[in-house]
This record gives sequence, C-alpha cells and structure tokens, in this order.
Amino acid sequence: MSDIKKIKDDYLNKLNNDLNIESLNQIKTELFGKNGKISNSFKKLGSLPNDERKKFASDLNSIKNELQDKINSKLQEIETKEINSKLENEKVDVTLPEREFSRGKIHPVSQVIDEISSIFSEIGFSVEEGPDIENEHYNFTALNTPDNHPARDMHDTFYIDNNKELLLRTHTSPVQVRTMLNGKPPFKIIAPGRTYRSDSDQTHSPMFHQVEGLHIDKDINMGHLKGCLNYFIKSFFEVDKIKMRFRPSHFPFTEPSAEVDIGYEIKDGKIVIGEGDKWLEILGCGMVHPNVLKNVKVNPDKYQGYAFGIGIDRLGMLKYGINDLRAFFETDYRWLNHFGFDPLDVPSNYRGLSR
Amino acid sequence: MKFTIGWLKEHLDTQKKDNELIEKLTDIGLEVESFENLSSGLDSFKVAKIINAEQHPNADRLRICDVDIGLDDTVKVVCGAPNAKKDLLTVYAGPGSIIPKNNMKLSVSKIRGVTSYGMLCSESELNLSNESEGITELTTSKYSDKIGKNFFQSNTEKVVDLSITPNRPDCLGVKGIARDLAAAGVGKLKKISLKNIKKNGSQKIKVSITKDKNQGCTVFGSCLIEGVTNKESPQWLKEKIISLGQKPISAVVDITNYVMLDLNRPLHAYDADKIDKEIIVRNSKKGETFEALDNKEYKLDGDMCVISDKSGVLGLGGIIGGTRSGTEINTKNILLESAYFIPRSIRKTSKLLNIDTDAKFRFERGIDPQSIELGLSKAAELISEICGGKISNFDIQQTDKHEKNKIKFNVSLFEKITGFKVNDNEIIKILTDLGFEVSKEKFELDLKIPTWRPDITQPIDIVEEIVRIKGYENIKTLQPEKTKIKDTLNAQQKLFHFLQRSVASKGYFETVTWSFTDSKINKLFRENLKEIKIVNPISSELDVLRNSIFTNLTFYLKKNLDRGFKDISLFEIGPIFKGSKPGEQSTIIGAIKSGKVSRLNWNEKDRIVDVFDVKKDVIQTLVEAGYDRQSFFVRDKSPSYYHPGKSGSVYLDKDEIDPVAYFGEIHPNILKKLDIKTEGLVGFEIYIDYLGEHKTKLKDLKTNFEYSDYQKSERDFAFVVDKNFKAQDLIEIISSIDKNLIRSIKIFDIYEGENIPEDKKSIALNVTIQSSEKTLEESDLEKINKLIISTVETKSGAKIRS
Repeated sequence: MSDIKKIKDDYLNKLNNDLNIESLNQIKTELFGKNGKISNSFKKLGSLPNDERKKFASDLNSIKNELQDKINSKLQEIETKEINSKLENEKVDVTLPEREFSRGKIHPVSQVIDEISSIFSEIGFSVEEGPDIENEHYNFTALNTPDNHPARDMHDTFYIDNNKELLLRTHTSPVQVRTMLNGKPPFKIIAPGRTYRSDSDQTHSPMFHQVEGLHIDKDINMGHLKGCLNYFIKSFFEVDKIKMRFRPSHFPFTEPSAEVDIGYEIKDGKIVIGEGDKWLEILGCGMVHPNVLKNVKVNPDKYQGYAFGIGIDRLGMLKYGINDLRAFFETDYRWLNHFGFDPLDVPSNYRGLSR
Repeated sequence: MKFTIGWLKEHLDTQKKDNELIEKLTDIGLEVESFENLSSGLDSFKVAKIINAEQHPNADRLRICDVDIGLDDTVKVVCGAPNAKKDLLTVYAGPGSIIPKNNMKLSVSKIRGVTSYGMLCSESELNLSNESEGITELTTSKYSDKIGKNFFQSNTEKVVDLSITPNRPDCLGVKGIARDLAAAGVGKLKKISLKNIKKNGSQKIKVSITKDKNQGCTVFGSCLIEGVTNKESPQWLKEKIISLGQKPISAVVDITNYVMLDLNRPLHAYDADKIDKEIIVRNSKKGETFEALDNKEYKLDGDMCVISDKSGVLGLGGIIGGTRSGTEINTKNILLESAYFIPRSIRKTSKLLNIDTDAKFRFERGIDPQSIELGLSKAAELISEICGGKISNFDIQQTDKHEKNKIKFNVSLFEKITGFKVNDNEIIKILTDLGFEVSKEKFELDLKIPTWRPDITQPIDIVEEIVRIKGYENIKTLQPEKTKIKDTLNAQQKLFHFLQRSVASKGYFETVTWSFTDSKINKLFRENLKEIKIVNPISSELDVLRNSIFTNLTFYLKKNLDRGFKDISLFEIGPIFKGSKPGEQSTIIGAIKSGKVSRLNWNEKDRIVDVFDVKKDVIQTLVEAGYDRQSFFVRDKSPSYYHPGKSGSVYLDKDEIDPVAYFGEIHPNILKKLDIKTEGLVGFEIYIDYLGEHKTKLKDLKTNFEYSDYQKSERDFAFVVDKNFKAQDLIEIISSIDKNLIRSIKIFDIYEGENIPEDKKSIALNVTIQSSEKTLEESDLEKINKLIISTVETKSGAKIRS
C-alpha cells in the first residue's frame, strides 16, 4: 500500500516541476510503460489475498487516474506554451497600412436627383424623361410660348439647325408635353434632366439640371401645389419647419404663376435653410395654362393641375454648401472626391435621404 | 423698371410707409430687385478749393493742384482741365469714388510720374450737363463756406428697381405700377390732370398709313409744335431723368423720355423742317437703307414697318429713329409722333436687324393703343411750357379702332383654381380698380378689358388678376395625397440607377460633363456617327454634341493628370448623340482608368492598369445587374479608338447582334493626339439601351435550390492550341461535353515559349467534376477525362500536353 502511495507522491512531485515534452513522456513510460511502476503494481494484484485485493485495486485505480489526469493537464500546458511561443515569433506590425481599397463616388447631381425622386415617390409621383434635343414646338410653342412671345428672349437657346427648329431643350417642360400627348389623365410625374442655355458666367452654366413636376387631375388646385412644394422642401432640406413665400410671377405655360422663396439666414458663413428673415428664390410654378392642356389634347374644362420647375444644381448647392456652380461640371478629382457620395448611400423612402 | 418713391406718389395717394409699399409690390407680382437710396455712393464727392495749381513737370497740359477738401492737409490732384486755377471752387472725388458718367472707380494713380489722389470733376462726369471742357466751377457766394462738405445733397429719395415680367407692359410706366398698388389697397390712384393746352390750326404735315400687307402700324397720332427754343431741361426734369440712371440730353428729348417712363407711352420727336413734305407709314422695300440714331447704317429687308417721307426712310416705327430727322438743340419746329405698332411686327424687325431699344422693348410687349392722345397732350403741354411754341391740333390716322376686348367670367372658376373663395363684390372691386369695366349677370361677370392689358385674353387670366391682388398667402396648404398612378421608376430607369451605383462601387468617381464637346476631340471618337454641330455654340471648343462620352472624359482626365494625379478612375452616365432629331440619342456609361494598380504599396507589387481590369469591371457590373455570365459572349471587335489587340466587346448572348459593352486599352494614337501622359489608360462603355428589360423579377431568379453532396473531383489539363485560339472557345467545348457532370472550368495558366512551338500556346485548366446522383468511381472519372481530351482535340485541333 505505502509503495503505491510513495509512487504517487514521488511522481506528483516530479510532475509539478517545469517539464518539457520529452521528460513528460519519460515519466509516462516510467509509470505506464510495459514495465512501468503502475503497470507492475497491477500485475501484483493476482498475488494478493482476496480481502486485500479489492481495496488495493481500488486505491491503485484512483492513483492511476490521478496521475493520468495530472499528465494530461501537464501535456496541455506544455502544448499551449509551445504554440504561444511559436505565435509570438509570427507577430507582424498590424499598424502597417491595410491592403489598398478603392472607393468610388456618386456625383452630387445624381445624388440630388435620387433624393428628389425618393421624396416624390412617397407622394405618388413617377419619373419621366425626354430627349435633350427638342424641336421648337415641344420646347416653346406647345408650352404657350409662340415665336413672337418676348418670353423666348429669357431663354438663350442653343440651336442645332439654321431654321431654328431643332434645339437643346431650355427646360424640362417639354417632357410635360410629351407625357400628356402619349397618355391619358391623371398625370402625376416628375422629369429630372439636363437643360441648356447659352449663358456662361459665375452663376450660369451652359448646361444645368432641372426637375419638372406635373400633377393633372379633375380637382387639383393651387392649395395642392402649395402642399406638395411645402412637403418637398421640408423633406429635401431635412428640416421640420420651413418658411415659404409664394409670389405672383409669369411663365407662359402656367397661369396663375408663382415663384417660391424660402427663408434662410447666414450662420457662421453658411446658409441655414428654413430660418431667418432673408428670402431665396428657388423655383417657379403655377397652374398649367389651359392653352397648354388644349395643345396636348387634354380638356381644360375637365382637367386641371399644377406644374413646377426646380433647378437641381442649385438645390444641391444650397443643401450641401457648394459655392460654385461651374465646379459641378469641371471634373476636378479633388472636388468629386470631396462633394461626391458613397454609392451605398442610396436615398430611399424607408431609410431616409441620408444617414 | 426704375422709379423713385416720390414719382410713384405723383400717381398714388398713399399714407403707407416705403417698406409697406415695397412689400406690396412683391406680393402682387412686381418683383423688387433693389430699393436703394438715390445718393448712395455719392458721399465721396466733396466741395473743394484749389489752393495752388502749378505746371506738371512732364506734361504741358497737366497741372498739379493742391486741393483743400476740408481736412488738415491738402491733397495733390493732377488735373488736365484748362480752368483748374488757384482759388477755384470745384467738385473733388476721392479714391474709391465711382464716376456717375462712366461708372469708373477711381484709385490713387501716377500720372506722368506724379501721384494723383483722386480727381476734380467736370459737370459731364457728374451727369449734371454735357459740359466736359473743364472742371465744375462753383459760385463762391454759395459754396465758399461748404469746403469739405458733400457736394450732392444727401438725397433721402429712394429708387425702386422692379423686374417686370413680359406680360405686364402696363407696369413699364410709373402710372401702371400705381394702379396695381391702388387695386391692392395701399392707396388711391390719382387722376392725371392735364392743363387745357391751346391748340391752333391743323397739323400741316400730311400723314398716311399705307394699306400694305401685314402693315405694322395701326394708329399714327401727331402734332406740330412750331417756334420752340430747345434747351437744357429744367432742374426738376433733369433730376427725374438722372434718378433713373439716365442722362439728360435736351428738353425735347427729356420730355419724350419722361412721358414714356411715366405713362409707358413712347413718343418720337422729329425736326419738322427736315421732313420732306409728308409722312408715309409703309412697308420697307428690300435693300432700302437708313442711318439710325445709334449712328449705324441699316440695310432693310422687305416688309419692315418704316416711317418715311418723300426722300426715303426716316426711321423704323417703334424701334429707332433716324439721324436725318432727329431733333437738335437748335431745332425750331417739332413734329411729335405717338403711334401704335403691332408687337409681332416689332419683334420680327428688331430680331432680323438685331436692334434693341427701349421703345422696341415696350412696343414688343404691347403699348396701350388708347394712349395716343394722352401722350401727345402731356408732351405738348411740357414742351410748350419749357420751350415755348405753338401747338397744332392733333392728327390721328388709324386703321384699327382698338376697342376693348370682352370676356365672360364665371366666378366659380376662381375657387376651382385657387381652392379658396373671395366674395363677388370683392372680385368686382379688384377688377374695377385694375381698370376693367364690370357688369354682373347672375354667376357671370361681363368684363371689358382695359386696353393697356394685352396679356388678358381668357378667364384664367382673370383668376390670376384676382388671386395676385388678393394675395397668394390666402391659398391654403393642402396635405399631399399619396395615391400612386404608376411605379416611380420604369425598368430602364431602375437599370440606369443600379448600374450607376454599381460602377461607382468599383472605385470610379462619377462625373457630369457637358453634352457638347470640341469637334477636334469628338472626331477621334466619332466612328461612323454623324457630327452634330451647334449653330450658336458658347465657344468654338464646345461646338458639337458629343458622339461619345470618352470625348469629355479624356479631356478632363488630362486636366487631372496635369494637376498631378496619376491613378484616376472616372465615369459618366449620360447621353451621346447619334442624330440631330429628338430621340436620336443613347444612354451610355463611359469609364476610364489610368496609371497603376497598387502604386507605392508596401505589400503588393504595382502594375499598370490593363484590359483585364476593365473587363472585370464590365463583367462584374453586368452580373450584379442580373445578367447571366454563363451566356455572355466576348468578341475581339471594338471601335477604332481602342487598342486593336487589347480590347473587346461583350454580348449578352452569342446570338445577339449588338454588343452591350466595349472594353480595352485606349488606342495609343489617341493618347498622343491629346497629349495625355500616363503609364496606361483603359476604359469601357456600357450601352444601357441595348441591355433591354429584365423580364424576370428577383423572385423569379430564385429557382429551385439544387445541390449535390456527392464527392467532387478535380482534374488538370494542359492543351497546346494555335496562338490565336480563343480561351472562351476552349471553355465552351469542354463545358458542353456533359453539362451535368462538369461543374466548373478554371484557366490557371497560359504559357508560350520553351517546349511549345512558336505559333502555339499552352492553356492549362482545372475542371471540377461532380455528379448529382452518385459518387463517381475512378472508372467514371477516367471515362470523362478521356472524353474531354478527345473532344477538345477533335474540335479545336489542340493537343494535350504530356
């Protein structure tokens, strides 16, 4: 009995020492090898009297288990240590730069068009488009701006032919005409796109972007127009309140016509929309002129509604603090990187316009 | 349209403060552009005294004056005026002043080596008179105690500048503005009081309007004023003219201008002695010429409305007078014209001759045809008052009576359009105040439209009149209803939107460039498309519509390279033009990529961008957009602006006629011609219009989920093929051997060189074989192996590499 107790104590002692894998294996062999001390003790079992045998066997088994557990845990300890020391040698400088990634950008004009589309989608508008080259009829005449109308002077038109019949559209309003000619009321559309006027200075660019809006139904009145624009401006600038002013104005294709101003103030050199006592003109609108409806075969006694036109580039400038219109179209890599948007920032109804 | 508040009040009886008037103007549709003190900017003009004047050392005609401007020290001013002498009291303008005559801003400057601080001004420079010979001489008695004081009395009079829309010619006169304000309830319109002028005898010069086709003149009123003494205008009149930023000329001219600005009634004064016998208003003959008051000689087309006499054309009616019959300071007898010209005729003539005058601007918008006599009376009264003279009876020739137009207005239309109600009495009051004659019948108003409102022709115009005077703030704000008539975006628009963001997500910066471009660049990318010229381009470098997006992309790429950027990825999505008719355009994505990948990277070797970079971007974009990679087909054909050996086109299917995309290296010649310096330049184009609609929704794309858990095996092959044999064909041959077993084919090596004949190459590929029915046995694999080798060898002439 005391023999096996001694073996146990001796080896537990040894196992508590700092061992490497070889000496651990050595101990394993000494105990459990063919002629190991524990193995040999088991061999003694047969020669013991019955009454002792049972107890000895039980003691021996428990000692065997204890030593085996100890060896196993020691083995694990050694392995962990070895892995750790190996990993320690594999250490890299994680502060070195990551692998290169490239990040593209969406142009502010595209982003703003998507924002506008998302906002109007919420109130049931769909998006229509039209050609950049228009004929004089769709761009002017059908829009109640006959050839002898002085309002044509307000549009510095690019012409494609000498007879002045083909031109680059001066506004997105011809899309109204095309949409109504090709369909039946009600109409509820916006039409964003490129527009052109032969005007070029600090605040004018020969190409710019407009979005046209049109809502025609049986009972659409100026109250709906006000409501629609009020909703749009608030949503676009992501503010709860907006100061808006409708002023009488004149466009040949709407009657009554209005220009819309929004309130703003300058805070720390930046424009803040919605507050303040200054007014900023941002769009033109009105009730579609009965002559226009007649020109597109819609009965003005049955149908009526509103139209509006907004400068997209200007909206973007106001919202994102961009000072120079010309820079929109100059493809300066630095500018695109700075004012461009991540392609994953998709404006949508459910997640909103921006983060 | 400019006017002073004081002038306005000559027509409007009001107690309202200036600010209220200004706000009201904007509220009723007369947009105020500015509202400023008349004397702003004039405070820097001081009464001054020349203390000493000595000869300039380097110039005979210049003097250096020491000028007392009321400060401790005098200032030195170099002056060229002969009357700049010691002790003269005059007007001094300091540096920073803006000279009224030419709007020039003064600065301290060296004149022939001597520094001059400011300037001594002539009356002409101050817009006080035409006197430009010497500097202003101020009387000692009046000014000797005012040295250093402001020369211009601080004028509290304020000038309003309105932006008048083209439909409102009536508001191009102060009276019209007053009428609108009165209707809006801020005062009462005063009646114009005309003195009872004495008219004697008939107008002796015969006037006739010919019955030409499209005669542009329908009324010609005139009167003769004999024995006048034309002179400088009196102070009140000069001030009025100056207050509007114009220059006084002579009493006769100033009076006609005054009446025009006051009543929007343009007039013309002829020197009656220069008219040859009679006035004939007629159509011009082609080739007739005359010298206009702008000192230009005009050659006329046929059928322009001219005022003529026996010797020829005197002027273009309603547009510009001629030098031959113009009034001068010594004019004795005046023929005054007050006429009506048809807007269309004015517009046509002025456009053809490219003339823009104040009169043209007004007649083109429509002058009140009933204001002929009022204009003559007002001007004749002033001329006889200021210049004396005997006024003849008025001679009115007219071919059209210009009676008031009538319309019926159903009052319910107002609420239908505006969404709010105004009671009938208020409607009637507003319209009456605006000059309408109103009579009420049950639900309708019978309206006679005032002749000064050519813009009003139908009931909707009446709605606008009422709502703008009543105020737009009365329009309710109705909550938008959310009813949708159709989907926000159609399939093509969704695709546009998806592709745009898909390309951007691959590291490209989106740009937006002009739809037009330089024809010199365009021709490099035009291929067989038609060149579309702009008739009136903004500059000669932007003279055509672009046939390709690469035109502008390469142009701006160069600019960015010049800024020092090297690795640039740009794209634009937008139109290119194929013809000059509406709709002859396509929507394209154009993208370019320059320089290197992994430039200056610590763990990856850099390399120049190549055709497979852009091929990846094109293919990935198309796959992301939902097109099936398995059916794509690539050909090595591409437009000539690509490198012929390193470019290709992508077809959605082998059988498609039109490619949906091109990709490749840009042709080195183009880089050379555009002087683009970069290590590499590649690009791609996607033709969105050719992509066509997806017929399947996302839910349809998700077919039954089938997979196999049986063991898969991989086998490597290397085939030696002709050098120009396409890898795509090899893959197709193998994959079509057994679509059930061959799951994927990957090319992992292309080898040319040692052990391979010179006209051959070796393509090494890895084939994954898996059955969905069982675990393949070695014998099955061996069978397919052999089949692959024999099929490839038969179909392609390849040899398996041993």
